Amino acid sequence: MKPFTTLQSTAVPLPIEDVDTDQIIPARFLKATTREGFGDNLFRDWRFHQDGTSKDDFVLNNPVYQGEILVAGKNFGCGSSREHAAWAIADYGFRVVVSSFFADIFRGNALNNGLLPVVVSPDFLHQIFEAIEANPVATFTVSLENQAFTIDDTAQTTSFEIDPYKKTCLINGYDDIDFLISQRAAIEVFELNSLVK
Amino acid sequence: MTIVCGDSHTSTHGAFGCIAFGIGTSQVEQVFATQCLLQRKPKSMRISVEGELQPGVVAKDIILYIISRLGVGGGTGYFVEYAGSAIRSLSMEGRMTICNMSIEMGARGGMIAPDETTFAYVKGREFAPEGEAWDEALAYWKTLQTDEGAIFDAEFTFDAADIQPMITYGTNPGMGMAVSDHVPEQSKAGESQDTFRKSLDYMGIAAGSSLLGHPIDYVFIGSCTNSRIEDLRIAARLVAGQRVADHVKAMIVPGSQQVAIQAKEEGLDKIFTDAGFEFREAGCSACLGMNEDKVPAGKYCVSTSNRNFEGRQGPGARTILASPLTAAAAAIAGKIVDVSKPMQA
Repeated sequence: MKPFTTLQSTAVPLPIEDVDTDQIIPARFLKATTREGFGDNLFRDWRFHQDGTSKDDFVLNNPVYQGEILVAGKNFGCGSSREHAAWAIADYGFRVVVSSFFADIFRGNALNNGLLPVVVSPDFLHQIFEAIEANPVATFTVSLENQAFTIDDTAQTTSFEIDPYKKTCLINGYDDIDFLISQRAAIEVFELNSLVK
Repeated sequence: MTIVCGDSHTSTHGAFGCIAFGIGTSQVEQVFATQCLLQRKPKSMRISVEGELQPGVVAKDIILYIISRLGVGGGTGYFVEYAGSAIRSLSMEGRMTICNMSIEMGARGGMIAPDETTFAYVKGREFAPEGEAWDEALAYWKTLQTDEGAIFDAEFTFDAADIQPMITYGTNPGMGMAVSDHVPEQSKAGESQDTFRKSLDYMGIAAGSSLLGHPIDYVFIGSCTNSRIEDLRIAARLVAGQRVADHVKAMIVPGSQQVAIQAKEEGLDKIFTDAGFEFREAGCSACLGMNEDKVPAGKYCVSTSNRNFEGRQGPGARTILASPLTAAAAAIAGKIVDVSKPMQA
């Protein structure tokens, strides 16, 4: 996993609430055995007509909006436990998703795949949407170290919560297994001592 | 017992008093590697449903009612205990339906304290303990009750008498109402009006309208929510001797081979096929449009599954969630009907 420390980027606005995992990646695209390539079908039925042509009014098809930050309405990622939802967003090129509320399983899945879910207040979320509306190339800075999200144009900043363990993992680019392996020496000492007793 | 699996509907097992919840692929990897899973303790919620259920009201209606009241994010961060006399009156199949849909309000899991109904269901089944081991297990299971006076982080109580046969009108399971109600004029407090409009546009349903008599095209009775033997019996009883409406394609999909075999032994498959249903192979099928069982764009499907998300049953498909009873009645009538009222010719 790619380590995450600080990111400065423009953002893509998706002011829709309750975006569910079937919108993020429909089930008919789940038949793959690796984690790559799901970005092609991210938001498939919002992005493309059934004949495969682009839907021009969908934000990902609007070249004005670019960036590695996705900003979405509350209760983002509700529905399935399919990790493909997080993979698709990361594979498309997003590194941060901002919302005022995330579904539990999605949030965990995102953290396990180097995709940082940032929870902000409903008011601050509204300010982010306004900042993008005023200036589509407005940049935002996400500092994981300081747990701070900043609207660069206005210098408005807010702090966000993250589990300290997950923070360590993201900064080091570890998933849970990488973290365990990094603790291998300590685990072996523990096992040895337990066996002796 | 703790059960985890890479499926958010793992919570179905909560009906047996297990801690059961869905996890992502990376966490599955973690379990395989270590037999452990790092978790934060969730907050606790108790949802009690007290009193006697109305005629035509089954487990699915209870959970759709609860989700319509709490919303799709109402349970996020919580583990739920379902309690109260109406919950205790349910069979194990009904309890599984309730626990199954916990995730549809955002809760990782839901559970019901084991009681005589649970013990009777488990006794004599494959892998169930026997003899002395049974007695020991039973003594332990009987301790798995919430203590008198226990304090929950959140608590809700509903009156069973207020629950009617339910359907959904929108594109998430929280957008549900009594089948006899009207679609709300606007979004619920705290929900975005834009999201509400977008949802109704997708469904081709007008704000403020009644869905009684609304024509439908497909009926799907299946999925991990409602494809157990009891669900098939409920549906079979209603459709016996009748015919599926000419314009409706209706499918029965048993939840497992075990259920399929039992249904055949009881002659339910014959009742369904005589009525014009397709009796198909066990599996997930049209719940999530992963195989060929898809609902075409713009068509209405009354489905006993758990998610009415946009495109869930196929691109452009319009899903109306309901109980097996309401779904079976819709298949015969060719439109949405209220099963708590006598059937109209």
